[in-house]
Amino acid sequence: MSVITVMLPLALLLGFGFTAAFIWMAAKGQYDDLETPAYRLLLEEEPAETGSQRKA
Amino acid sequence: MLKGAADTAGLEHFKYDDAIVKRFVVATVLWGFVAFLAGVLIATQLASWKLNLGLPWTSFGRLRPLHTNAAIFAFAGNAVFAGIYYSTQRLLKARMFSDALSKFHFWGWQGIIVAAAVTLVLGFTTGKEYAELEWPIDIAIAVVWVAFGVNFFGTLVRRRERHLYVSIWFYIATIVTVAILHIVNSVSVPVTFWKSYPVYAGVQDALVQWWYGHNAVAFFLTTPFLGLMYYFMPKAAERPVYSYRLSIIHFWSLVFIYIWAGPHHLLYTALPEWAQTLGMVFSVMLIAPSWGGMINGLLTLRGAWDRLRTDPILKFLVAGITFYGMATFEGPMMSIKSVNLLAHYTDWIIAHVHAGALGWNGFITFGMIYWLVPRLWKTELYSVKLATAHFWLGFLGIILYMASMYVSGITQGLMWRALDGSGRLAYPDFVETVVRIVPLYWVRMVGGLLFLSGSVLMIYNLWLTIARAPKEAKEEVFAAPALHPLPVPALIAADRTPHRMLEGLPMVFTVLSVLAILVGSFIEIAPSFLAHDYVEANPVRADGQRRIKPYTGLELSGRDIYVREGCYVCHSQMVRPTQAETLRYGTFSRAEESVYDRPFQWGSKRTGPDLARVGGKYPDFWHFRHMADPREMVQGSIMPAYPWLLKDRLDLSSLERKLKVMRSLGVPYSDHDIERAEVEARAQALEIARGLESSGTPQGMHEKEIVALIAYLQRLGRDFTSRSGK
Repeated sequence: MSVITVMLPLALLLGFGFTAAFIWMAAKGQYDDLETPAYRLLLEEEPAETGSQRKA
Repeated sequence: MLKGAADTAGLEHFKYDDAIVKRFVVATVLWGFVAFLAGVLIATQLASWKLNLGLPWTSFGRLRPLHTNAAIFAFAGNAVFAGIYYSTQRLLKARMFSDALSKFHFWGWQGIIVAAAVTLVLGFTTGKEYAELEWPIDIAIAVVWVAFGVNFFGTLVRRRERHLYVSIWFYIATIVTVAILHIVNSVSVPVTFWKSYPVYAGVQDALVQWWYGHNAVAFFLTTPFLGLMYYFMPKAAERPVYSYRLSIIHFWSLVFIYIWAGPHHLLYTALPEWAQTLGMVFSVMLIAPSWGGMINGLLTLRGAWDRLRTDPILKFLVAGITFYGMATFEGPMMSIKSVNLLAHYTDWIIAHVHAGALGWNGFITFGMIYWLVPRLWKTELYSVKLATAHFWLGFLGIILYMASMYVSGITQGLMWRALDGSGRLAYPDFVETVVRIVPLYWVRMVGGLLFLSGSVLMIYNLWLTIARAPKEAKEEVFAAPALHPLPVPALIAADRTPHRMLEGLPMVFTVLSVLAILVGSFIEIAPSFLAHDYVEANPVRADGQRRIKPYTGLELSGRDIYVREGCYVCHSQMVRPTQAETLRYGTFSRAEESVYDRPFQWGSKRTGPDLARVGGKYPDFWHFRHMADPREMVQGSIMPAYPWLLKDRLDLSSLERKLKVMRSLGVPYSDHDIERAEVEARAQALEIARGLESSGTPQGMHEKEIVALIAYLQRLGRDFTSRSGK
């Protein structure tokens, strides 16, 4: 079971990594707005131009 | 209109790379067909052993890994890549970082799949479930995966959208964790180009393997599909996700808890009990984030439920999410030890994974593909009716599959443990419990066939859809303001030395260095401290012998044949500490018994009986005839015949190297053992062959593979039973 000396640090590393990522992202304001992202997904982007438009 | 704004400073114009998405979609559909076909074939083999055809390349033990690998890595893998490449570009408002890396990822992955298909059929396998591929392919997987990671994180750095939608988070977790899981579980020492031994042995190997195995389900079949669900479900429903807040909670709680749940695959085994309990507790906790996500996905359809009646895409997605909910309710329940005691090793597990694989992964993929193809090829779906028919065929197929496997699993589980009034086994012959469930194998096969025929309808439908698509679709150009400060281009422009360029990609750099550190430290430290266990678990006794002796050269060769033929697919080597099991098989298994087992062969399914104590149970001659034709010895057996073991020459050419590798991993072989490895093996083979020939087998068996396999089987459990058991 000494393999636990690998597994445990690894699991903790992942856990701490995810925690750090979460804190970082929360600090950067990723979660300040929990409403609009859901709607923004649905806003279909319109192409700025297509080949035909360019010709015209 | 954006067109008018095109001249404004800071607005960047870009195109999405949809060609790569198209490639992955086509690969998904084709490999899906292969995976389902292989599934139907092996399902039929369980119902009728004759379909094993008596050939090594078509026997169940080799085709079952082919089926699982095709389903997980070829079908689900390509589906995930298609969805990620499509949604990531749009969510980040940026083309993929590098077209060359995208192409390398695609062709590299297809090459790996083909290599996997060929090597598995040829019997090149590590013998670890869902990680069967040998080391050269493992290295290729790591390289391609890292290329994918660089491509993804490069896109992330170049994005034009500050906010990362929740799907992106699921993708990040997938990419990082799968890399770590794959590398840690695959560390092995090569013997030849197609044979290696893992650095872990026995209980250690079991723990690492199921840490990997469970998290492969978590981070290859769950998190990426949840990312897809959060993108394609709102798109298809034309409704925002029910609660974005819940999706964030879902993500973070899921990734924290999932990584600990692996030991629930090893309940009641020789894994220390505290580790089992830890796995069980975290598995039960998993129900909360899983159901949060499931509810979030389903309620996205609020106010639009009527569209379920007409829209096959929504049918697929909603049914897929429902299957996710069922499987993630069932999973925690099955992780409870007393439930697990009944369910483990039976077809109940098979029903559970197929609720996930066919229902969740399959249906989400189908829904996504029906949504994507018309958009990618800029056309309409050829037939909505055919897509609806596909849904119902698939749905009915899953229902038949799951219902039959539940009944089969619970029937067999109850029969195994049933005792009569005098405390003896009610069904002492294992085969009684097999014969009882064979009719259910036929029902399962019909279910699989329905699912397969649904996918054929999809191929036909998509074929005609794409054929009718406009030949020269115009590539659309999109525009969005760049994020300030400009991350990559500015830095790269300032200084083009390689190191600067890497620094400009902080996340890529981080991931690469974490991986490098992990691999490096692992290879360096693993063997030394892992070898430590032998001293503790298996001390040299007063008589100078160790209780658990290393395998002889012939036994080791036989063990490699056992692994090659995939015996572990149907036979466990782990007697659980219950009355019914010790009555049926003998003393329960202990951790130290498998200290020399690379890979461990505890197994996960008992289609046949456990073999941990089979050594000495039958004479050599019994095994000989049993391998030639199982039904000669056990009436009603569904085991394939292995006639080639009686014909193929036993290859001992790499035996010396095998022992050397084993010694480098801590197995106490002496110089003498290694030098005389082949001679000793031949002598042991001759001895067994003499016994066989005196019972009437053909001459010359000492040169055949069968003697090595018999040597191994007769050794199983002997160190424990012969000296201390009595």
